[in-house]
Amino acid sequence: MSFFTEPNRVRAKEIVARYPRPKSAILPLAHLAQDQDGWLSAAAMDEIAELTEVTAAEVQGTCSFYTMLKRRPCGKLVVSVCTNVTCLVTGGPEILEHLEEHYATDPEVTVEEVECLAACGGAPSMQVNYEFHEKLTAETAQGIVDEYRTGSRKARTISGSVVQP
Amino acid sequence: MIDQELRIVTKRLHERPDDSWTIDGALASGAYETLRAVLAKGDPADVQEQVKASGLRGRGGANFATGQKWSFLPADLFPRYLVVNGDEGEPSTFKDRMLVERDPHQLIEGIIVSAFAIQCNKAFVYLRGEFALGYDRLTRAIDDARAKGFLGENILGSGFDLELVVHRGAGAYICGEETALIESLEGERGMPRLKPPFPAIAGLYAKPTVVNNVETLSTVPHIVKMGGAAYAEIGVNKSTGTRVVAISGHVKKPGNYEIEFGCTFRDVIYGFAGGIRDGHELKFFLPGGASFQWLTDRDEHLDAIYDIDFVQQNLGTTLGSGAVMVFDDSTDPLLVAWRLAKFYAHESCGKCTPCREGTGWIEKVLYRMSHGFGRPEDLDLLISVGAGISPNVATAPFTQTTLCPLGPSVVSPIASLDKYFREEIAERLSADAGARA
Repeated sequence: MSFFTEPNRVRAKEIVARYPRPKSAILPLAHLAQDQDGWLSAAAMDEIAELTEVTAAEVQGTCSFYTMLKRRPCGKLVVSVCTNVTCLVTGGPEILEHLEEHYATDPEVTVEEVECLAACGGAPSMQVNYEFHEKLTAETAQGIVDEYRTGSRKARTISGSVVQP
Repeated sequence: MIDQELRIVTKRLHERPDDSWTIDGALASGAYETLRAVLAKGDPADVQEQVKASGLRGRGGANFATGQKWSFLPADLFPRYLVVNGDEGEPSTFKDRMLVERDPHQLIEGIIVSAFAIQCNKAFVYLRGEFALGYDRLTRAIDDARAKGFLGENILGSGFDLELVVHRGAGAYICGEETALIESLEGERGMPRLKPPFPAIAGLYAKPTVVNNVETLSTVPHIVKMGGAAYAEIGVNKSTGTRVVAISGHVKKPGNYEIEFGCTFRDVIYGFAGGIRDGHELKFFLPGGASFQWLTDRDEHLDAIYDIDFVQQNLGTTLGSGAVMVFDDSTDPLLVAWRLAKFYAHESCGKCTPCREGTGWIEKVLYRMSHGFGRPEDLDLLISVGAGISPNVATAPFTQTTLCPLGPSVVSPIASLDKYFREEIAERLSADAGARA
């Protein structure tokens, strides 16, 4: 029983073929696994190891380095709030605190503090599943997350891919 | 006061705000015409000569001459790779994200022209993982460019082939360092390599590799079109051309401005960015991203010429990634230094001991200093720990005990605190200590 669905196995093999060495495909395949499953499980990493012709330990070694790869189940919405310096002096920490508190018991929403998102011109900023939102207050930020929560805004996957219709 | 942009790489995205990223919008505003001309002429050495003559220096942060970087490739050694550094993560820098999201065809044209110049047939764009919209638009643009015959085999009948792959990162600042980027692209943890060998000799898959920044390559078609000598006329001294300067913080008009080298920091902050928000005065600013030393409201800083070498030789800092972060008199410099240290501690890859250990301890000390728990000797303690990572603290981050400049960069805020805020900090630390006694 393979981890990837049949269409995703086909995609995975196309991705591996882009590179002179299969191991290069670890990150794109990890993103693909997250698109499919909502996180990066051990079963997913085992199959990535098979597809990239390395050991599962090597895949885990690589994947554990990167913050976008979630090796534990998380919410369907990953809310990334920047608190680096420009956001620090324009209200980022207050937004983070409000969202963390508001969604503390909501299993669908994972709020995380992140480093500079390259949106300092519109600070304070956040991403929801890697969609940018800028010039926020605690209230507008919560409003945006709620719109994703109820489906009135369409969210990307937790790896930031557009959901295929 | 200078406040007018000179738009070269940001021209299309401003002129066509609704469709600059589409193939139709790009073609209607001259995209790929330079590529056609270059392939029709069929002379890679000429493209290299134009880029050399232009004086173009890398826009990622190191300001190294692009033409010279290309010339380090060993002759007749193939395959070779062109890797595009789109892993923009330097705090306060947001220019490459704009160039990828809003003008991907300009970047693709730059990649093809540059790949032709260095005779490489496979190129990779390493794009920061968080740039989801940028990824959508860039991959779409590549598909459209391929459909028009600008990518793939026998491009426009010239006999030149190029495959272009977009590779998404997954959240690691260190992958913006070129050897860490190569490691990451090979499927490894993003840890910098010992140099030499430099990537030009043994880079991606141990093959000769050129790593260039997004803005650098986006500029190449314009240089080839106008001629290297004409481009070198723009700017000042050895800082030729324009720079997309990302201005943020306590200014009235934060944003990206394409600025001709040669104005002053006063023009950047008070001209382009409209000055400090009402009711406040400038306190200090970071002239080149988070990794380099700060400047203040002194006239000698504000009137300094926006010129890579002038700033480096006279002010002990650099223009780095082209980002200017501005802080007014409401800002606590210790809090900013602490948050920067927290960033470096989080992003340290852990390979070199001075950085792995030093960034963490510096963050802890700066935390207590900025949160009312400081001790009078703390600034000297920071300098002592910092010297373990960047031995000549006063010139940080330009000396290093580490493989890459990440660790030494945490010492830049410390050197800046020491230079400009020592008295303010000393008073505050003794007051905090007194309040606890």
